[in-house]
Amino acid sequence: MNLHEYQARDLLRAHGVPVPPGEVARTAEEAGAAARAIGGPVVVKAQVHTGGRGKAGGVKLASTPEEAADRAGAILGMDIKGLKVERVLVAEAADIDTEAYVGVIVDRDSKRAVFMVSRRGGVDIEEVAATDPDAIRKLAVDPRYGLLPHQAYWLAVSLYDDAGQQRACAEILRQLWNAFRDAGASLAEINPLITTPEGDVVAIDAKFTIDDNELFRRPGIEALRDTASEPPSETRARDANLTYIKLDGDIGAVVNGAGLAMATMDLIKHYGGEPANFLDIGGSSNPQKVVDALGIITGDANVKVILFNIFGGITRCDDVANGIIEATRRIDIHVPLVIRLTGTNEEEGVAILEGAGLSAATSMDDVVQRAVAVARAEGA
Amino acid sequence: MAIFIDETTRLVVQGITGRDGSFHTEQMLEYGTRVVAGVTPGKGGSTFDAAGSSVPVFDTMDRAVADTGANTSVIYVPPAFATDAIMEAADAGIAFIVAITEGIPIQDMTRAYAYVRDSGVRLLGPNCPGLLSPGKSKVGIMPGHIAAEGGVGVVSRSGTLTYEVVWHLTQAGIGQSTCVGIGGDPIVGTSFIDCLEAFEADPLTDAVVMIGEIGGTDEQRAAEFVSERMDKPVVGFIAGQTAPPGRRMGHAGAIISGSAGTAAEKIAAFEEHGVGVARRPAEVADLIREEL
Repeated sequence: MNLHEYQARDLLRAHGVPVPPGEVARTAEEAGAAARAIGGPVVVKAQVHTGGRGKAGGVKLASTPEEAADRAGAILGMDIKGLKVERVLVAEAADIDTEAYVGVIVDRDSKRAVFMVSRRGGVDIEEVAATDPDAIRKLAVDPRYGLLPHQAYWLAVSLYDDAGQQRACAEILRQLWNAFRDAGASLAEINPLITTPEGDVVAIDAKFTIDDNELFRRPGIEALRDTASEPPSETRARDANLTYIKLDGDIGAVVNGAGLAMATMDLIKHYGGEPANFLDIGGSSNPQKVVDALGIITGDANVKVILFNIFGGITRCDDVANGIIEATRRIDIHVPLVIRLTGTNEEEGVAILEGAGLSAATSMDDVVQRAVAVARAEGA
Repeated sequence: MAIFIDETTRLVVQGITGRDGSFHTEQMLEYGTRVVAGVTPGKGGSTFDAAGSSVPVFDTMDRAVADTGANTSVIYVPPAFATDAIMEAADAGIAFIVAITEGIPIQDMTRAYAYVRDSGVRLLGPNCPGLLSPGKSKVGIMPGHIAAEGGVGVVSRSGTLTYEVVWHLTQAGIGQSTCVGIGGDPIVGTSFIDCLEAFEADPLTDAVVMIGEIGGTDEQRAAEFVSERMDKPVVGFIAGQTAPPGRRMGHAGAIISGSAGTAAEKIAAFEEHGVGVARRPAEVADLIREEL
């Protein structure tokens, strides 16, 4: 789960990191009031979960509260990479002397949290890593001890020449580590971390990705979730404990297991079709999951055919078949179903489907080709 | 022979009385796995009776290992307690720990990984289906009936996709030495390379199937290992060619970050290093047949 910039700033401020004053606003009037309270020039920034907000026109300077309200009015409701702007951050416009990058991310290779810092702030760190790797200093944190003071200082001296700024930065890095740890993050970054003409070290923009597996024990963080920023179908799927990702195609898919679900999408494409979603009903044998899954997919108006690909290992084919029958009773399914059931209790499952006038194949290739053909026929 | 588990495996089930633990313990007993002990705090002194066996249950791993000589453990406890269960198994002297649990916080795993590595213990998973040496032993949740004894090693980040491929192999008359699911999380205890190294050294294994997916660079490094260090042929499949970037595809580790970890770069690495790439899951069996 990603936090918005204003939420990440709040989290950093709570851990002691210097952050310029700012407030979130949902209307132009609120933005104007926020600018008045801050006083002086402000920056109005769209709060959406994507990079490149500035290029899209979602970040504007304003020198008066009236101008801030105008800017906010223009940004609110704007579409940035398919995401509608519902909120803006109104923050004090800081004078910038230098821009650095500091971040911590759980690294798959070293299997530790790794700090990365660079004097080249304000740009995408991935790009710096690709084009100028020597400009980044890295440090893997031993999870038993956390970020030690001398390690924070070692990172800080690579960013600043001034002794006071080095000490201030080391302190910010320790605070960033604490925020990362306490929020259950998998990524936390401040970009840019600036110095002002007065010499202060200040966090301007921040990004936090929270590990979804932490949310069960962090209700305060879960409460920050912005469900308005995701398709309603994905919210509904999460409530039903399903993993669902909406795509642009017309072949809906219900699959057990994430790897098989990805391979099913790939096979749809291989045979010339377009998948409408990723959906994993998981390994359990619960007919209700099938009912929930069908409810979500039938809500996608693009879907012309629904493909079931079930490999019964732990999942029992008869449970899935019962779920399909139950769903057809409870939901008005107006598109064809193409079903593949194989593995545990396959014969029972196929018998249940045939009793209800449905049929099932046993080969994944056959069923995907059939779904692609049906989607073409329905689209013609 | 096989890798990691065989007839000598003496298994202790951590979380044996839970919903998943009890179901899969019965399945493992039916398959013939030597389940010698179970652990559930507070249930010590009772027995778990299934499939004609009576398995003693202990409060702690320490007692379970001392009384039964267990050498392998499998973990079915919930995410909040799973990393402690991993570390308890390491403390008790277990040599091989298989963590099935899905949903373990990644920062918890950084600690548990450091702990088991310092203890010199092998950890498989978490968020994995376990492993199966056909005809010998099964540890985890893989369905036993899809596999057959033979000479192909299978290693995968996935569960049901592995079953799909194993089932194709079995139907084609190609048996397996060991099928290993290394897990779908960003931090797992055993990598592709660990399994490839074990398969290369295993006399029963003639060829290897490697099933990867988007996210990370484990497959790319495994491909280099194949060309530099292996004589046995390796065939691969990568899932997630149509996955959108920046989205977690079910598995916590299956995500394209920025432009890194795509299926295309993994397929290219396989091809560059002589790993035959199947375009469809069903094609794996065809490619393996050509290699044998």
